[in-house]
Amino acid sequence: MTELLTPILSANWGVDKSWTLKSYLSFDGFEGAKKALKLKPEEVLEIVKESGLRGRGGAGFPTGTKWSFVPQDNPNPKYLVVNADESEPGTCKDMPLLLASPHTLLEGIVIASYAIHCHTAFVYVRGEVAHVARRLQAAVAELYAAGWLGKDIQGSGFDLDVVVHSGAGAYICGEETALLDSLEGKRGQPRLRPPFPAVAGLYASPTVINNVESISSVPCILRNGAEWFSAMGTEKSKGFTIYSLSGHVAKPGQYEAPLGTTFAQLLECAGGMRAGHELKFFTPGGSSTPILTPADVDIPMDYEGMVGAGTMLGTKALQVFDETTSIVRTTLRWSEFYAHESCGKCTPCREGTGWLVQLLKRLEAGQGHEGDVDKLLSVCDDINGLSFCALAGGAVACVTSAVKHFREEFELGYTTPAWEAFPYELSTAWAGGAK
Amino acid sequence: MSEELVTLTIDDREVSVPKGTTIIRAAESIGVYIPRFCDHPGLAPRGSCRQCLVEIPDAGNGRGFPAPQASCTMTVAPGMIVKTQMTSAKAKAAQAGIMELLLINHPLDCPICDKAGECPLQNQALLAERVESRFDGVKRRYEKPVPISSQLLLDRERCVLCARCTRFAEEIVGDPFISLCERGTHQQVGFSGEQPFESIFAGNVVQICPVGALTSVQYRFNARPFDLVSVDTTCEQCAAGCALRTDSRHGTIRRRLAGVNPEVNGEWSCDKGRFTLASVPAEQRITTPQIRENGTLRPASWPEALSAAADGLAGGYGGDAKVGVLTGGNLTKENAAAYASFAREVLHTDSIDFRTRQVSDEETAFLRQQAPQVTYADLETAARVVCVDFDPEVDAPIVFLRLFKAVTKGKLQVLALGAQPGRTWEKLRAELVSGTPKQALKELDLTVDDIILVGERAAATPGTLDTISFLRAKWAWIPSHAGDIGALEAGCLPQADGLTVNGILNAAMDGEIALLTDDIELFAAEGALAKAFTVSLANHKEGIATAADVVLPTALVEEQAGTLVNWEHRAGVVNPAIPGTLPTAAEVLARLQAVIEAYRAYTREDDADFEDYEDDDDYEADEVSGFERPEEPPAAAAPPTAAAPSEPEASDAETTSEGEEVPA
Ligand SMILES: Cc1cc2nc3c(=O)[nH]c(=O)nc-3n(C[C@H](O)[C@H](O)[C@H](O)COP(=O)(O)O)c2cc1C
Ligand code: SF4
Ligand code: SF4
Ligand code: SF4
Ligand code: FES
Repeated sequence: MTELLTPILSANWGVDKSWTLKSYLSFDGFEGAKKALKLKPEEVLEIVKESGLRGRGGAGFPTGTKWSFVPQDNPNPKYLVVNADESEPGTCKDMPLLLASPHTLLEGIVIASYAIHCHTAFVYVRGEVAHVARRLQAAVAELYAAGWLGKDIQGSGFDLDVVVHSGAGAYICGEETALLDSLEGKRGQPRLRPPFPAVAGLYASPTVINNVESISSVPCILRNGAEWFSAMGTEKSKGFTIYSLSGHVAKPGQYEAPLGTTFAQLLECAGGMRAGHELKFFTPGGSSTPILTPADVDIPMDYEGMVGAGTMLGTKALQVFDETTSIVRTTLRWSEFYAHESCGKCTPCREGTGWLVQLLKRLEAGQGHEGDVDKLLSVCDDINGLSFCALAGGAVACVTSAVKHFREEFELGYTTPAWEAFPYELSTAWAGGAK
Repeated sequence: MSEELVTLTIDDREVSVPKGTTIIRAAESIGVYIPRFCDHPGLAPRGSCRQCLVEIPDAGNGRGFPAPQASCTMTVAPGMIVKTQMTSAKAKAAQAGIMELLLINHPLDCPICDKAGECPLQNQALLAERVESRFDGVKRRYEKPVPISSQLLLDRERCVLCARCTRFAEEIVGDPFISLCERGTHQQVGFSGEQPFESIFAGNVVQICPVGALTSVQYRFNARPFDLVSVDTTCEQCAAGCALRTDSRHGTIRRRLAGVNPEVNGEWSCDKGRFTLASVPAEQRITTPQIRENGTLRPASWPEALSAAADGLAGGYGGDAKVGVLTGGNLTKENAAAYASFAREVLHTDSIDFRTRQVSDEETAFLRQQAPQVTYADLETAARVVCVDFDPEVDAPIVFLRLFKAVTKGKLQVLALGAQPGRTWEKLRAELVSGTPKQALKELDLTVDDIILVGERAAATPGTLDTISFLRAKWAWIPSHAGDIGALEAGCLPQADGLTVNGILNAAMDGEIALLTDDIELFAAEGALAKAFTVSLANHKEGIATAADVVLPTALVEEQAGTLVNWEHRAGVVNPAIPGTLPTAAEVLARLQAVIEAYRAYTREDDADFEDYEDDDDYEADEVSGFERPEEPPAAAAPPTAAAPSEPEASDAETTSEGEEVPA
C-alpha cells in the first residue's frame, strides 16, 4: 500500500541533519526559487493558480486566487504572513515539517513574496514550540548568509526580509485576523471583517496569510510545473497533502499522499488499528471537523468528499479511536479545549463553551439529568453560526456530531459514569493489545 | 444632499438611508429597536455581544445568509431584506439564545444593583421572552466590587464584556487605563492598582455601561431610577457648555449625567460636570442676609440688609456713591444682564467687569470685538488648531474631546503655544511651539483654514491678543467660567470710560468707591475689600462673604432658570433642577433697585412727612412705595423698613460722598 504515498515535502525528512541548507540543496533545494526569480511576479502567480493548489490550513481557499486579491495599486507595503500556529487538536503536520525541513517553507516564502511584491514576510509560530522557532531562526540566518534573504537576492534585484515571531500560546491566534492583531502586539482576538486582510491586514496594509503547508507546497510546483502538481489528486482537489494519523493506530505519523486518498487506504499505510481492536470513530481534519465512523472509511479524503460526508477536510488530522474509547469523555476533552481556548470576545462562544463543559462533565460522571442531551444540542444550536469567528463552530461540531452518532452513550451518562462503561485504562497506549 | 442613499426593506417596510449605515441604525430610523449591548452610536462597531442578530434572507444580491447576522456591524445594501425579531422567528430565537447565554454567569442581583430600573440587560432580557433559564450549573464568581479609581467601582460578575468602557477609554479619550484582559470565560475588564482609571472623563463609563458593572461611589445605593426627577440643563462648570441631565430625589441632586447635544458634547461630559452635584455644598450655604457689625457678620432681615446695601451704594438719601461692580463669570446671562443694567441705570456707573483676575487694556479691547467665529464642528474640519495659553483638557474638556477625535480620526494638526509638555499634548500629538507668542504666531503662516483657540491667560503676555486679532486664521476666546461669555455679551465690561477690574480694585483701595459684587473669587482683592464698603450677592460662606459688609444670599444655579452661553457663543438652557427659596441675583438687584429708588424718591419728600408716616397708625407702605412690609425675609421684593433710613451709621466711612453728588 505504501506505493500510494507521494513523499515530496517529506522526501528529505529522514536524512541526517535534513534541516541544514547543505542537506536541503542536495534535494534540489531552491531550484524552484531560482526559476521563479527569472520569471515576472505575475507569471509566478499564474503558475500557482494553474496548479490548483488550495489552502492547507483548513478552509481550502485557492492559494493563487488569494494572492491575486492583493491590490498592487495600494501604496502601502505588501506583507506575507505564514501561519505556523498549528494548535488544532490532532493537527501535527506543520511542526514536523518545520523541524525536519525549514528551508522548504523558506523557499516557498521567497517565491510567494516575489509573486505578491512583498519585501517583508513573517512566520507566526505557536508559542509552545520554542525548538521549532529556534530551528526556523537558524535556517533564516543560514539564508541571509547564503544570499537567499536580504538585499538583492541572488543578484535578482529582489529584496526580502523574513521575521520569525513566536506567539504566546493561544489557539485563536491561528485564526488569521487574531494572528495579525497578535503579531502587531495586541491581544489576539479576531478582527471585524471587512476590511479583509488582503486589503487592510498587517499594519493596515495588504496582507496574504497562508498555512505553512500551503507555502511549502509552492517550491515543488515551480520546480516541476503546474501540470505535474495538478496531475495528482482529484478533480477539484489537486496535488498531494500530508495526512496526520494519531490515536489507536499501529504506526501513527505523517503520511503524504494525493488528495482523495481514502481513510481505509491511509489506515492500511499506518499498519491498521492497534492489534486486537477495531475502529469506532475518527476525525477527518482535527477536532473541529464533525467525526466520521467506520461507515465512512471509503470516502475520498478531499475537500469535496468530506463536505459530501457532512464534515470537512480541515487540517487532515485523523484522530483515530477504537472501541475502548468513551465518546463522552472524548467530547468533554475537546470541549474543555475549546472553553480554554475561546478568546472571550463574543457571548455564544465565551459563555456557551463553558456551559457545554459543565453539561458534559456531569454526563461523564454518570450524574446527567434527564434531558441533558437535548439541552446539550439546544445549547449548541444557540452557539452555532452565531459567533464572531469560526472557533465556536468547531467547538459545537464535535459535540453535535458525537451525539448524532452515539446518542445512547451520552444518555447512559444519566446513570452510569463513562469510566465504568469504558474503563479508561483500556484505551491507553500502555494497555497493550488486551481487550 | 449629495449623500448617496441606499434603499432596503426592514420588517417589510422600505427605508432609504445613507450608504455605509449599519442595519441597526437603519432600523432605528424607522422606529425598530434591535436589542444590543456592545453597540453604541458613539463608539466604533465591535460586533461581539451578538445580541443584535437579525435574519437577512436577501443581502441585496438575491442570496441570503444561512444564519442570523449582527446588525450592528453589517452595513446596508441596495435591495437588502432584513427581518428583525419583530418579523422573524429565527432572529427572535437567536436573540433569546444569546440572552440566555449572557445570563448564565450573571449574578442577577438586581435588588442590590444601582442599574436596576434603567438597565438594558433587564429590559432586553424581558423582551427576549424566554424568561426561565435552563442553566443549573455553577456561575463564575469574582470579588465585588473592586475600585478602579477613587470614583468608580467595578463588579465583574455583572459585566457583559461589551467593551464599551474600554473602547471609550481608548477611542474617545485616549486614556486606556482599563482594558479587557484574560480570555474565554475569564475575560474581564482589567485595571491596574498602580495606575487607576484617572481620566477626567472616566465617569462616562458608568453611564454607557449597559449593566450595573460600573457604578459611581457617589451615586451608589443613593436612589432608584424611578424615584428620580430628571431635568435637562446646561453644565455650569466651564465654558464648554455641555448638556447635562440632573437627577434629584427629595429635593437633593443625586447624580448628573451627560445629556445629548450632538453639536456640543455629543453624549459625553467630564467628571467635573458629572460629579459636582451641588454648586455650593449645603453646609457652606448662606441662607439669610447678613450685615457686618463690629467686624463680624450677623444675620439680618431682608429689609434691614437691603437698606444697608442701598445706603452704602446709593450714598444714603439722595446720594449717589461711586461704585464698581464685579460680577464674576458664574452667572446666567439673565443675571449678568441684570447687573449690567443695574450698574448703568441705577448706580450710573460704567465700571463693571466680569473678570476677576489680572487683565490688560489690550484684553479689554480684544474682548470688545468678541463675535462668534468658531464652532465645535469647525475644529474637526480645520487644518491646524493652535492653542494659545489654553489647555483644552483642563480649561474646556469637551474641546479636548473634539480635538482628540479630529486628530485620531481625521487629519487635524494641533499646535500649542505657551504650553508645558504633558499628557494632554501627547494625546493630541501636538507640536509645542516655543518663542514669544507674537513672534511664533506670525511665523506659523496661519491661513483661513486654521483656528486659534486662545485662553484667558493670554492677557498676561502683551502683544498676544493684538497679534491674534489681525491674523487671517479664525479665532475663539475660551474663558474658564461657564458664565464668562454670557456676561461679556450682557455688557459686564466697561463700554466707555468705566474702570476695569484693576481700576475698580485700585479705586476701592484708595477709598474712592464702594463695591457691588457677586460671589466672585477673592484672588488678590482682600486689601480692596477691607477698605471699601462692599455689598455681595453671595451664596457660599467661605468666599467673598467673609469680606463683605452686606451679604445678600441668592439662589444657586441649579435652583433657577436661565441661559449659559458657551465659548462658541451658543446659548444653553438652564432649568431649575431642585426647588429653592432664595431669590436669583436678578431678583435681588430688582429689590435693591426698588429700595434705592425709594431713597431717591424720598429726597423729594421732606423729613417732617417722613416722621408723620412713621407715627401714623394708618401708614400703608404700599401707598408710599408700592411695597408691603414683611417681618420675615420675603419671597417677593423687600421694602425699606421705616426704621432703616434712620440708621445711617450702617454705612461706613467709604460712603463719604453721601449727599454730595445728587443727580437730578
Ligand atoms: C480558530 C481557528 C484556528 C485556526 N488555526 C489555524 C492554524 O493554526 N494554522 C493555520 O494555518 N490556519 C489556521 N486557521 C485558519 C486560518 O484562519 C486561515 O484560514 C489559514 O491560515 C489560511 O491559510 P491557507 O489558505 O493557506 O489555508 C484557523 C482558523 C480558526 C477559525
Ligand atoms: S467565537 Fe467568539 S469568543 Fe470564540 S474565539 Fe471566536 S471571537 Fe473569540
Ligand atoms: S464594565 Fe460595563 S461597559 Fe465595561 S465591558 Fe463590562 S458591561 Fe461593558
Ligand atoms: S466639559 Fe465643562 S461643561 Fe462639560 S461637563 Fe465638564 S465642566 Fe461641564
Ligand atoms: S450589538 Fe451587535 S454584536 Fe453587540
